[in-house]
Parts: sequence; C-alpha cells; structure tokens
Amino acid sequence: MSTLSGAFLPTLVRREHASLAATLLAPPIALAAATVVNLGLYVLMGRDPVAVVYAMLLEPFLSWASFSEVLLKTGPLLLIAQGLAIGFRAKVFNIGAEGQFILGAIFASAIPVWFPQATGQWIWPAMLLLGTLGGALWASLTAFWRVRLNANEILVSLMLSLVAAQFLNYLLLGPWKDPDGFNFPQSVMFQYDAMVPILISGTRVNVSLLLTIALSIAAWIFMQRSFIGYKLQVGGLAPRAASYAGFNEGWAIWLSLLIGGCAAGLAGAAEVAGPLGQLQRSISTGYGYAAIIVAYLGGLHPIGIVVSALCMAVLYIGGDNAMVSASLPIAAVRVFQGSLLLAYLVAVAFVRYRLEWRRAACRSQP
Amino acid sequence: MTAPLLSLRGISKSYGQITANQDVDLDVAPQSIHAILGENGAGKSTLMKLVYGVEQPDGGSVVWDGQPLSLASPAEARRQGIGMVFQHFSLFETLTVVENIQLVVPGRKADLTQRIRTLGRDFGLEVDPLAHVHALSVGERQRVEIIRCLMTNPKLLILDEPTSVLPPQSVDKLFDTLRRLRDGGVSILFISHKLEEIRSICDRATILRGGRVTGHVDPREHDAHDLARMMIGRDMPEPMPALPQSSGEKRLEIIGLDYRSDDPFAMPLSDISLTVRAGEILGIAGISGNGQSELAALISGETILPRALRDRIFMMGQDAGTLDAAARRQLGFAFVPEDRLGRGVVPEMSLVLNSLLTAHSLKLLSHGLIDKAKATAFTNACIGQYDVRTPGPDAVAGSLSGGNLQKFIIGREIMLSPKLLFVAQPTWGVDVGAASAIRRRLITLRNEGMAILVISEELEELFELCDFIQVLHHGRLSLPLVTRHTRPEEIGRYMIGAHTPSQTADQKALA
Repeated sequence: MSTLSGAFLPTLVRREHASLAATLLAPPIALAAATVVNLGLYVLMGRDPVAVVYAMLLEPFLSWASFSEVLLKTGPLLLIAQGLAIGFRAKVFNIGAEGQFILGAIFASAIPVWFPQATGQWIWPAMLLLGTLGGALWASLTAFWRVRLNANEILVSLMLSLVAAQFLNYLLLGPWKDPDGFNFPQSVMFQYDAMVPILISGTRVNVSLLLTIALSIAAWIFMQRSFIGYKLQVGGLAPRAASYAGFNEGWAIWLSLLIGGCAAGLAGAAEVAGPLGQLQRSISTGYGYAAIIVAYLGGLHPIGIVVSALCMAVLYIGGDNAMVSASLPIAAVRVFQGSLLLAYLVAVAFVRYRLEWRRAACRSQP
Repeated sequence: MTAPLLSLRGISKSYGQITANQDVDLDVAPQSIHAILGENGAGKSTLMKLVYGVEQPDGGSVVWDGQPLSLASPAEARRQGIGMVFQHFSLFETLTVVENIQLVVPGRKADLTQRIRTLGRDFGLEVDPLAHVHALSVGERQRVEIIRCLMTNPKLLILDEPTSVLPPQSVDKLFDTLRRLRDGGVSILFISHKLEEIRSICDRATILRGGRVTGHVDPREHDAHDLARMMIGRDMPEPMPALPQSSGEKRLEIIGLDYRSDDPFAMPLSDISLTVRAGEILGIAGISGNGQSELAALISGETILPRALRDRIFMMGQDAGTLDAAARRQLGFAFVPEDRLGRGVVPEMSLVLNSLLTAHSLKLLSHGLIDKAKATAFTNACIGQYDVRTPGPDAVAGSLSGGNLQKFIIGREIMLSPKLLFVAQPTWGVDVGAASAIRRRLITLRNEGMAILVISEELEELFELCDFIQVLHHGRLSLPLVTRHTRPEEIGRYMIGAHTPSQTADQKALA
C-alpha cells in the first residue's frame, strides 16, 4: 500500500551558482513584466493601451525636444543613484538622498540669493561645490549618529529628509522669499552667471550631464578597481571578514554616506542652477527616492545604473506625456515605479533561488 | 548472522557534478555499534543524511527491519525509529532541558522530567531536567540531545562525530553510555575519523573514501595504521620532528589580562598570561566556549582594548592591545581564524580578491588600484604551494570545500612571512592527508624561527605540534606545560577544570 498524502508545496531553494545570464536578464524581464501589469491596469481603467504605450514608451524618443528632456531627467537620477549604489554595496542604506538633494539645492542657492548682483564665471562652479558640501553635511549627521550611537541609518536619513523639506519650506516662506514674487513660496530668479551653461543649444541639457557621465566612469573605476572600493564591498558582503582584515567599519560608514551625500547634493545644486533657475518647493519631486530604485535596477553596478537611470527618466517623461494625451492619473507614474521595483525584487529572488515543489507530507511505508 | 536492522544496497547521491555517494552498501546489525569511518569529504555526512531522511538518494534501495523504506523527512525517520544527534547541537539556550525536550516530545512536563531522570539513571546520561541549557557544559548538552532522541524509543541512533567536542574524560563516559544503549537493544551508527576511538568501541566499521565503500572490517582486528591506509588510500606520512631550539626573542606576550566584553553571552577572561617566542609553538588546549573566541579576537585585534587596558598585549615588543587589526598586521602578525567563510574569506568573492584581504600589503596595489596581474600571480602561487583544489584563481571562495578553503587561508597567511603566526583550529574539517601536511608546514616554519600560536580542540594535534601547552578553561589559562613532560590525561584534567591553577608548578621554568 502506498499512499501519497498532502499537497505539493513550493519552497525556495538557494541556487549553488547564480548564472550571469540570469543576472543580466533580470532587469529587462522585470521591466517587461511591470509594463504588462501596468498596461493591464490602464485597460481596466478604460484607457486605450495603445495610446498609453505610444505616449509613455515611444514618444520620448520620437523628437529631439522630448529626448533632451529625458537626458535632463537622467542627470540627477544617475548622479544620485551612482552615489547611493556605492553605499548600498557596503550595506550602508542611505534612504535620505532626497534630503541631501534638498540641502544641496539650498546651499547652492545661497550665492545667488545673498549676492543677486554678483557676476563672473566662478558663480555656477562655486554653487555646484557648495551644493556638494551641503549634501555631504546633511549625510554626515546620519553618519555621526550611526557611528557614535549605532542609530539605524535608514531611519535617521529618511527622517532627516522630512526635516530638510520643512527647512526648505521655512526658507521659501520666510527669509528667502522673493520680495517681488507675489507671495509665491520661491526665491528670486537667479542671475545669468548662476546658471550652468547649456550643452546643446535649443534644449535645457546643460554641462552637468557631462559631469555626471565623468562621475559615472569614476564610480566604475572606484568600485571595480580601487582598493578603497574593494574594502567597502568586503564590509558589505562579510562584515566579519572586514574586521578580521582590519578594515575600519566606522570609516566605511562615513565614506559611504559622504559619497552618497556629495552626489545627491551636487544633483540638487545642478537642478537649481540648471532647469529651475530659482529655489522652489518643486525641486523635491522624489528624485532621491526614485534613485534608490534606479540603483537596484542597475544591479548596483555603475554601468547598469546608466541604463536604468535612462529607463527611469523615460518613464518620468513618458508618464507626463501619457497624463496629457491618454489622460492617465498623476499617480500612474508612481504606481509604475513601485511595480517596477517589485517586479525587479521578484526577478532577483529567482536569480538567487529556484522554486522546488515538495511533498508537504510524506509517503508512508508500502 | 542475524538479519540486519538496516541494509543499504547500491545507494548513490550526487550534487550537480559532485558525486557524494556512489554504490554504497551497508548493513547494520541489531544491537551493534557500527562505525562509519572516512576523511572529511568522503561522504559520511551525506550517507547519514540519506539514512535520516534529510536528503533522498538518487538510486539504490534501503531495507529497514525487513521492509523496504523510503524516507521523505527526518520526522518520518523518527517515526520509524531512527534518531540522530548532529555535531552542532540544536538546543535553545534560554530554555530548560525539559522545555527543550517538550518541543519535540509530547507529554506533560512532570512526566517528561521523570522520564529524563529514568533514562539518565539507566544509561549514564545524568543531567538536571530543570537546568537551563546555557548553564550546561558541552558534554551535558550532548547528553540532552541523546536523551531527546531516546525519548522516541529509536532502534537506531546516529551520532555524527560525537567525541569531537568532548574532553577525554567525558569521552569515556559517553562510550559507557553507548555500550549500555547497545546492550539495551539500540543499534548505533558512529561517525568518526578518530581511529583509536573506533577501535575501542565499535563492533563493525565501514570505511568510505571518495564516496565509495573501501572496506567492511572489524576494527578490533586491525591497527590504526591499517585503518588509516584504507581511509586515505596510502600510508600516513611520519610526523615531522621538531628541532630543539634555543629560546628566541618574545614575539607575543600577554601579561595579566582581564577582559569582560559587552556581550552578555561572551566568556569573561581573567588573568590571562602567555608568551610566544621566536622558534617555538605554543598551543592553547581546551573545549570551545571556554573563552577561545574571545581570546582570539583580542590577539587578532578584532577586539581592541580600551586605553585603560594598555600594556597588556605586546607584539614584537610593542604594546599592541590598543592597535587595530591592520596595525597589528603591519608589525608582522598573521592570523588564521577558526571560521573560514565570512571571516577568513568573503564567500561571494573570487580567490584573487580574497588574497587581497590580507595580502594587499605585498605590493598587490598600485596607486590605490588593484594590480590584477600581481594578485592573480600571488593567488596561483598559493593554490600551487598549498595544494588548494579549485578550478582556478577566479573561483568564488564559497565554492571551495572547507578543507581546501583552510589550505588557501593558511597559505595566504604564511605567504605574508609573518614574525608571529596565530592559527585557530588549524585542521578543523581538513582531511587527514592535508592536515598532516599543514602540521608539517607549521613545524618547518617553527624550525625556521617563526613564533606560532595554535588554538586547537584536538589534543593529539597539540601534542604533535607544540613545545608548550596551556589550557583554557572557563576564561582562565593554566600555566604553560612542557609538552614532552606532560601526559594527555593531565591536559584533560585541566580541560574540565579539575586542576586549580594554584596546584600547578611552573613547569616551563623547570624546563
């Protein structure tokens, strides 16, 4: 007598080796899956899926004007994500890039706000530097409490982002409000020399994109070749091995957070000194949070991040298009971003694990 | 011969391309103590997992008590009357003995307490059912594990290297228990690679090599040398003689160190003193959990002493206790930790990148960037000289077997040509052949003037290697004993705390 009782239950079993092909395929598959799911949602909402696909995924490439906007959005996402990815590989989870981005924008704005009459080619580079410093300072608060008191950096950096947003509100409603601005919460318009020079005439793409690409290459060298980058990765993968080899953990936390803060601060500075031209509330549009998705979608690898930043920027611009032409709700882009991250996490889980169907109960003796 | 209790025919099991067991036949007679003998990696553990239902064989048949058997889980194995005690205990430290047992055995607490006492009396497994597990010694914990198995009235009990965690005195007691169990009708499968033990207790032995059975013998009829030859397939190399050395300069000195860490589960160390000189090997004996890992971290620099405790640890004559691990390495210190994966190496990284972990000081960097060519050359040299079996320097460390990883780490640390080498558990999980190569290597280095500190649980190993032995028990270190003038039983008494430090003459001074 042989009986088979119980159902087959799925179990996740760790793979001995994660294949390279699967690792590379995971992000595109996640992107495709998220696209299908979201299109399904749009159909359920009664929208025309063809129009949405056209507006979201094709239109951004169809004219130079809209593609240049994609490049403009890519800049900050790419920059922040490169900085964050370095920290993430060291398992230092800086979730507060949004706050560091805001502080970068505020620091950079200090020059044109306080010296609106100043002229000279030194102004915009000085603003970018100051913005970098602002982001780093904001991140150093998190680093200090993490190293000194072992306060969780995820919570501290996330909550400091809310503080940064309120600080921005205070400045724009108080001391930095444009006296001639009809009481709108925004600063004065910046003078010409406070603007990063335009790279491609007729578009809003500016020199900071070159800077971002250069820094991406630097990030690649840093993580793949440098000994400091290696130490950070050891700390992330095996903290006890790092301590065995004598790599200082506190130093790694400081460095990770400062790199992330610098990158986010620089991005914030480039945003006010670039497309915005003044300090306003709308600088905080969630780049700092979207960059977390970008970093993970890019597999925390400097080259992968370039691709994923471009995809995310297309999604932003395409989502705006679709809002107008296919009357998608404003939340649609956020839902897409969220489902993309979810799909990616599921895909990565399957790269590392495989599903096995096991008998829940066992066969009894025949 | 009576019908066997358990009979395996043609059992095979492979993981990917690795064949762990091939065509294994095994018969376990009722009321017998049956040894499974083999080197690490010979397939002993896999075979036991198949018998206990943790894994399922790819081929072959199992007959249990005259009936064909196919097990899907350990729970089913237990229902059939097969119990197993693993090498690493699975007890909750914050619960009492009876509470731990209640988790797997149904019944009222009072009844269970009574049954634990009865079993303890019948089989020499005395343990207080109401004691908390964290307060028990390793030997007592093992007894709890055995009692937990016996509660389900097994006909077969599998013990995976049960003596590796015990001091010599407790081993005798365990053997007494096993004999009583056998006489009470339980068959025992006894996994080990310690030949003398098997000769003293087992009725039958099955020897495995490379996943295949290489012999079924009566171990009492063969000497240890024969068994070793069947196990490793060739003759054992002779131990390396240690040349007498005139004592060199002090390379490591610890003076009256007291240390209590913030971790409430860590063993506090008190009044630790030791000296390691150039050209000598000092061994620290003792059962794990008596402060070994705490002491190792203090010496390696993974735990840094506060300023208030300066002038306690000296390396190459400098106060090193307040230096971090990297600074101590710069003084000429190298260290092989007891845990390999995640401490000695980063499992996800290639061997080349793992060489850099400590060997970066050998000019494997240029301008802060990793010099891949030099790092690969270093790694290849290490793989070649230390017989690391791996597809190549780009294999990830996690894919190597424990023994090969240990050879890699020891090789990497020796290639740093340190003045002071500290090796914790040099041959844990390393097969007999490689272990003897490692010991010979350590003795050669000692003869060349290196100062070496070894922590080991294996007394035989310490006796083969060391000039002096100190015993760590309950956070206290005995005075040094000259190995040539000491018998293992003396060390054993220190290991279980039967000696108080005041009874000890300073034998090192007499030597």
